[in-house]
Amino acid sequence: MIQLKVNGIERSFGGETEMPLLWYLRDVLGLTGSKFGCGIGLCGACTVHVNGQATRSCVTTMRDAAGKEVGTIEGLDKDGLHPVQKAWMQINVPQCGYCQVGQIMQAAALLNSKKKPTDQEIDEAMSGNICRCGTYQRIRAAIKAAAGEVT
Amino acid sequence: MSPIENVSRRRFLTGGIIAAGALVLGVRYYSRPSSGDKLPHDTNTDHATLHPSVYLGINPDGTVWIVASRSEMGTTSRTTLPLVVADELDADWKRVKIEQALGDSRYGDQNTDGSHSIRSFYDAMREAGATARSMLIQAAAKEWGVPATECETDLHVVVHRSTNRSAGYGELARAAAKFPVPKREDLKLKPKSAWRYVGKGQVSYDLEALVTGKAIYGMDARLDGMVYASVEHPPVLGGKVKSYDDKEALKVAGVRQTVPIDPFQQAPAFQPLGGIAVIADNTWAAFQGRKKLNIAWDNGPNETYNSEAYKNELRATSHNPCKVVRNIGDADAAFAKGGKVYEADYYVPLLAHASMEPMVALAQFQDGKATLWAPTQNPQAVQDIVSKELGISKEDVICHVTLLGGGFGRKSKPDYVAEAAVLSKRVGRPVKVVWTREDDIKFDYYNAVASMYMKAALGANGKPTAWLQRSVFPPIPSIFDVNAVYGDPSHLQQGWTDVPYDLPNLRIENGPAKAHVRIGWLRSVANIYHAFAVQCFTDELAHEAGRDPLDYLLDLIGKPRTIDFKGVEYPNYGASMDAYPWETGRLRHVTELVAEKSGWGKRKHGKGTGVGIAAHRSFLSYVATVVEVEVSDQGEVRIPRVDTVLDAGLVVNPEATRAQFEGAAVFGTSVVRSGEITATKGVIDQSNFQDYPVARITEVPYQTNVYIVESDAPPAGVGEPGVPPFVAAFCNAIFAATGKRVKDLPISKLGLS
Repeated sequence: MIQLKVNGIERSFGGETEMPLLWYLRDVLGLTGSKFGCGIGLCGACTVHVNGQATRSCVTTMRDAAGKEVGTIEGLDKDGLHPVQKAWMQINVPQCGYCQVGQIMQAAALLNSKKKPTDQEIDEAMSGNICRCGTYQRIRAAIKAAAGEVT
Repeated sequence: MSPIENVSRRRFLTGGIIAAGALVLGVRYYSRPSSGDKLPHDTNTDHATLHPSVYLGINPDGTVWIVASRSEMGTTSRTTLPLVVADELDADWKRVKIEQALGDSRYGDQNTDGSHSIRSFYDAMREAGATARSMLIQAAAKEWGVPATECETDLHVVVHRSTNRSAGYGELARAAAKFPVPKREDLKLKPKSAWRYVGKGQVSYDLEALVTGKAIYGMDARLDGMVYASVEHPPVLGGKVKSYDDKEALKVAGVRQTVPIDPFQQAPAFQPLGGIAVIADNTWAAFQGRKKLNIAWDNGPNETYNSEAYKNELRATSHNPCKVVRNIGDADAAFAKGGKVYEADYYVPLLAHASMEPMVALAQFQDGKATLWAPTQNPQAVQDIVSKELGISKEDVICHVTLLGGGFGRKSKPDYVAEAAVLSKRVGRPVKVVWTREDDIKFDYYNAVASMYMKAALGANGKPTAWLQRSVFPPIPSIFDVNAVYGDPSHLQQGWTDVPYDLPNLRIENGPAKAHVRIGWLRSVANIYHAFAVQCFTDELAHEAGRDPLDYLLDLIGKPRTIDFKGVEYPNYGASMDAYPWETGRLRHVTELVAEKSGWGKRKHGKGTGVGIAAHRSFLSYVATVVEVEVSDQGEVRIPRVDTVLDAGLVVNPEATRAQFEGAAVFGTSVVRSGEITATKGVIDQSNFQDYPVARITEVPYQTNVYIVESDAPPAGVGEPGVPPFVAAFCNAIFAATGKRVKDLPISKLGLS
């Protein structure tokens, strides 16, 4: 039996230990905010926080998640008003929105480690997250806006 | 029942501003179902107290229900069209609730493609709002015993200024519902000066849901008791299962059963591809079970398809006379006179959509009815194909449209939804079909691979005396008729038959090509390869003539005029030529403006840097784009800046429009940098983002500046028109920076170092 915490709640899982965390979150817990995009860690749509680090949940097995603290978009802020979420609304970032949860989780992790990231640091941190609608320019602007608030 | 009238050929209302597209079968007014009636597809809007239109209802608490009949895939049409209703109604946007329509022909066309949602439904939305407003005013006037002409509306209220009375929409709804629905010709629309929302715009109705993970996409649809399916499709189009062994698959924990799906009959259209489905308790188990299937395939005739050889075939075809689709003067006679003649071949490979949400659908077949939840651009096509596949009536197919995690044209084709329906019937439970990214890349309806041959003779000032162009590509109609090989007018019109140049001798041709994969619409469609060839060849000729590319482009566009398409099959995107003439003056204007905004000719460009320009009309909008690039000694390409100017007529939602053009530059970046799908022995070589890369934050334009021309012309498209001129301008900029011509896309094959 695997024990882990998801958004602060203790959970136990007795299924296949090789199952990726993404499908546990989505199909078992019904937390559908984290998205399936590629299944091999190339697009970032599934990004969650594992012990505070931005992590691709589609390639993180339940065995790897055992004993860890997992944070998803559903637990990022109880009112949905994390500085990154506020900035995303202020800059009107999303188009279709499908990748944005992953982008937001990635950006939130970035701002936890760097209060005022430079363009280059933003690009490096966000280059694993694909947005096919092409909202990158606004993502960069929103991270800067959020950085202003975080400090 | 609801009267349906064809509004396609009318120009109406609003002093000639507006014209509807030819695709629209609009239902204007709809009598409310009598109490207790339940339509299979009805909505809260249908049951509202005041319900003068299928698109609108008002309840006594003041809630305004507005139906979004078009799909939301990121273009904000789900917000922008209701915004038009709200404006004409003088409604408070905060009291508007948007309901997503089910697939239902009473809403008119619902295929959210072709960048025509606003153009085709602007009038219907205005009428819906104006109708309700008129009835509310009449109700208030009667209540107050004053002439209706003395009453007007303010935000969500009717007012009678001279007696200082006002009444809210909610309190008037019941009384208003007793009045007859006014005739269209009696409707008074608001003057532009009184518009609240149109032209000012609004962020997405779903914005908060999008940033909190609460938004429900097809991938997120759930039903009690549902099972998950993953389908192993025939690797070659038209292939069939010869035999299969599922013993190992069934041993995978969570796998319940396997179900064979029949291959499609005749042409693929929107039928399921066939194959073997693995049904499981969760998505991952279905994926794992599928890997354990052992299937022997009969690949069929497309097994001979190889992209490399096919490219050569297309090119060879384009080097010989083809079918003439438009002709002015006598190009051959002009070529025969000699002088400087230039020829060039341009090539664009198959492109995949790669929307971030792979194909997915949830189906429940029960009591002879199929209910679906799907991220579809085309819910009525879902009704069609599911009714055919299951042998039930269209009315018994209920299609809920979820949000779409991108679409770009792929989700207009509901083969994946039909799969879910077929499986639910077979399994006897709700089934959610989830495609992997690999399925998405390998089983797309690709944008056509295309080869373009260009030839021009240059006169004394470098201007062409003759121009010939031939395109060859497998056409989209091949998915409906496998024998279709020529480009059809609706795709040849896309930047090919309508080359806007003022030249004495101009011949435009198209050659045949047989399809071996499914070909489909992808954002901007044929405009991508056509604009690439025409606008890059123009740049090439400017260079040969020793002229500035901007100056040369304007010279070729010529004086402002309306292009005469007499004798040419030119569908004009389904719009009338009267309402949407092809005006070269508007193309000139955006070109001149983008030159000014980008500082064309005024900024210095050092070694390895350069700018390129292109102009193109598509989906009835005029767009010109300047791209600036920097190419390092190692061949790495950066795009510091893009300027783009659009004239799309009346722009309802400028904020959303700017976002579309920012996104178009990114979409175009993927096309130029890395977009290429190839096949070997009929099997698609690519599978996921490692071999079909799409642009990342480090690769896209750092800054895209979007300028919208103020216009009272009728609204035109904004979702797609940004891509074609960007692609060409980017390639022209690479030449300016490096001296290397981009003729074969993508540039990953070019070697810029």
